[in-house]
Amino acid sequence: MKLTLKIWRQKNSAEKGGFVSYPIDGISKDMSFLEMMDVLNEELTEKGEDPVHFDHDCREGICGMCSLYINGKPHGPQQTTTCQLHMRSFSDGDTITIEPWRAKSFPVLKDLVVDRSAFDRIIQAGGYVSVNTGGVPDANEIPIPKKIADEAFDAATCIGCGACVAACKNASAMLFTSAKISQLAMLPQGQVERKERAEKMIAQMDAEGFGACTNTGACAAECPKGISLTNIARMNREFFSAVVSSDNL
Amino acid sequence: MILDSKIPAGPLAEKWTKHKFNSKLVNPANKRKYDVIVVGTGLAGASAAASLAELGYNVKAFCFQDSPRRAHSIAAQGGINAAKNYQNDGDSIFRLFYDTVKGGDYRAREANVYRLAEVSVNIIDQCVAQGVPFAREYGGLLANRSFGGAQVSRTFYARGQTGQQLLLGAYSALSRQVANGKVKLYPRTEMMDVVLIDGHARGIVTRNLITGAVETHAAHAVLLCTGGYGNVFFLSTNAMGSNVTAAWRAHKRGAYFANPCYTQIHPTCIPVSGDHQSKLTLMSESLRNDGRVWVPATVEMAEKLRKGQIKANDIPENERDYYLERKYPSFGNLVPRDVASRNAKYVCDEGRGVNETGEAVYLDFRDAIKRDGEDVIRAKYGNLFDMYQQITGENPYQVPMMIYPAVHYTMGGLWVDYNLMTTVPGLYALGEANFSDHGANRLGASALMQGLADGYFVIPYTLGDYLAQTPPKKVDESHPEFEKVKTEVKERIQKLLNIKGSKSVDYFHKKLGKIMWNECGMARTAEGLTKAKAEIKSLRAEFWKDVKVLGENEELNQSLEKAHRVADFLELGELMIDDALNRNESCGGHFREEYQTPEGEALRDDENFAYVAAWKYMGEGQEEELNKEPLVFENVKLTQRSYK
Repeated sequence: MKLTLKIWRQKNSAEKGGFVSYPIDGISKDMSFLEMMDVLNEELTEKGEDPVHFDHDCREGICGMCSLYINGKPHGPQQTTTCQLHMRSFSDGDTITIEPWRAKSFPVLKDLVVDRSAFDRIIQAGGYVSVNTGGVPDANEIPIPKKIADEAFDAATCIGCGACVAACKNASAMLFTSAKISQLAMLPQGQVERKERAEKMIAQMDAEGFGACTNTGACAAECPKGISLTNIARMNREFFSAVVSSDNL
Repeated sequence: MILDSKIPAGPLAEKWTKHKFNSKLVNPANKRKYDVIVVGTGLAGASAAASLAELGYNVKAFCFQDSPRRAHSIAAQGGINAAKNYQNDGDSIFRLFYDTVKGGDYRAREANVYRLAEVSVNIIDQCVAQGVPFAREYGGLLANRSFGGAQVSRTFYARGQTGQQLLLGAYSALSRQVANGKVKLYPRTEMMDVVLIDGHARGIVTRNLITGAVETHAAHAVLLCTGGYGNVFFLSTNAMGSNVTAAWRAHKRGAYFANPCYTQIHPTCIPVSGDHQSKLTLMSESLRNDGRVWVPATVEMAEKLRKGQIKANDIPENERDYYLERKYPSFGNLVPRDVASRNAKYVCDEGRGVNETGEAVYLDFRDAIKRDGEDVIRAKYGNLFDMYQQITGENPYQVPMMIYPAVHYTMGGLWVDYNLMTTVPGLYALGEANFSDHGANRLGASALMQGLADGYFVIPYTLGDYLAQTPPKKVDESHPEFEKVKTEVKERIQKLLNIKGSKSVDYFHKKLGKIMWNECGMARTAEGLTKAKAEIKSLRAEFWKDVKVLGENEELNQSLEKAHRVADFLELGELMIDDALNRNESCGGHFREEYQTPEGEALRDDENFAYVAAWKYMGEGQEEELNKEPLVFENVKLTQRSYK
């Protein structure tokens, strides 16, 4: 396949960026999208030009490190991570536009690499059960209905990639935040800190400058792990129930 | 140097308990006076950092990824073993210990493995308390499945994403300590070297991957939780960034490297599709619970398949060779990984491989779907099937999966004693970065167990013993040794940037990978290894003359990051070859063609090789020195491993 890549280049967070077009040839349909980027980078290196920087690590769709806003969609045309997107999703002669995640709370560091540490700070605000190592009850002491465990698992599969934020016109982090809040709210282990957790994580989410939710559902439609919008409804319920009854904040 | 493994005396089952009692304690009020550096935030690193911070130590945690949650433990699929015996099927701590020692082909330390089995039960309790959503039965209790090399169901799992869920559990505990101010996080930071003062590890030198700043960090102890070195093969199931750099730099500062040739080639990975391939994807071993492995019974049939004249589903039952079930009737498709991989190689070498390259075998779910229904199979393996379809474009519910072995895990690593301390006092290695628990072959679902055992339940005790004997006075970062190592690191960076050669870093990495895979992969010979050693030497010389690293240090520079890592792989590769050459026997993942039974199974030489090979770095361009730690077996009888 012969393609034209229109890629966002930006030297660092201080300088202004812009699009640069690169023609590329000899791309096979079996390549993953990132392998296609590897080919481009080998060619750029050969020519003595700075390779395009992008985040990636596991290349099996689970670490959440890869990003890329491809042809106007986070992770490209399929509901998967960029590393699992394959070139068979494109056609010979296509022009592909590649941008970094676009959100104020995810500042660009270089080219397509952004800073997502805001997500870590949201988890640090309360995305855990406060138990120390040791001294916990036997794992089978508290039975959990399979249905509940399965739903908690579905929420827990979030990989923290940030596609939800990139997809949202308000750059809202509600889907990410709600996934953790609902996972722990559903499980018996999460009950003790349930209210405080919802309040603190939402406060941190707001402090990071993420936008509000207007229920367009773009986040869930683009989420590579299929995290459901139901989690946002659950989070709102957790939050309202917390603010009317807790004395935590 | 005589290697002192510090294994406590006394009966096996009492060693750990006694050792904990005999370990010195740090007074609760004094703990806040000690600083600990943890490099790596996977299962071992995150669990260690969180647990030590909970105890009151000041922890600095480093990772090269943008968030600690992305460490490659996240990609582990199948599960985690624990001797809970919830299934009432005869499991016990001793049985888990026994299976692990046997699975490792009797090349692991008994005492370490027993401790691992002992604390395995605590790990599950801990994870459940953190809110890890393990799979459950309808009654609400935890579900289990069986895994290769075991005849009991002791594997706990969270669909095909167990590593992710366990890591997010450890990450949540770590995040809690960050919020408490007991852990300071350094993401996008790579450890470049370790700093020794008076022979003790007292800090590290790092490079900030965004700004390029080279910085020093001081502490009373340094923990390397930096994973394995499978990427020496270029193609592996490891993440792109997984590297040996931290461990290798520690090795060059005096930490012995043990059993580097023990690598695990995982039998169920998606086959290579072309030269562009950047990594290989694992399909969890748990699939072998329901999938049946086969190839056509004849070469003619296989040729027709490769030419596309027939399809897998057209081949009648009597023309299929379910070779694992045929050769190993009692374990069948659930033989350990090394056995499954080697047999896949054999049938493909015979010309019975099934994809275009001839390097693939089938993993077929047809019978399981017929027996249990598609919904049951989807519930167990849905995400794995989706992943397979995403990568290959084929639907495994309708046609058999194609799989082939790929490099997956490295059993070798930094030599550590029973306390997980390397030969450098104050320097520890945890998880895959050390060598201690898996012998020559790791059983499925044991890596997660070991990472978390080391981090949650071993290091909090053993580190305390060391710190209690170390004065709590702050380590002085203005000590000249810090500046000296920092300067060396900067010089090395500059050296790489100044070469301005003609070939990319990946060019060298791919070449190295090919040499390693061909000569130090699934089957090894003295002849091939000798040839490979010379090839690596010349490749390394070429690298330092002709590598092209663009850009500068003071920026985000991914080529420079890679160059550092590949430079270290080029040195490690040679040591792996030396180790493989030295070990004139076959055991587990180390298969020397000269040493096999008439049936083609690994033939150990217990008389001459029942030892840990611990290599000491002797300086640039020098051959490394071999040190031996004899392995003593008091509780299991060494036998020819049989899975028939």
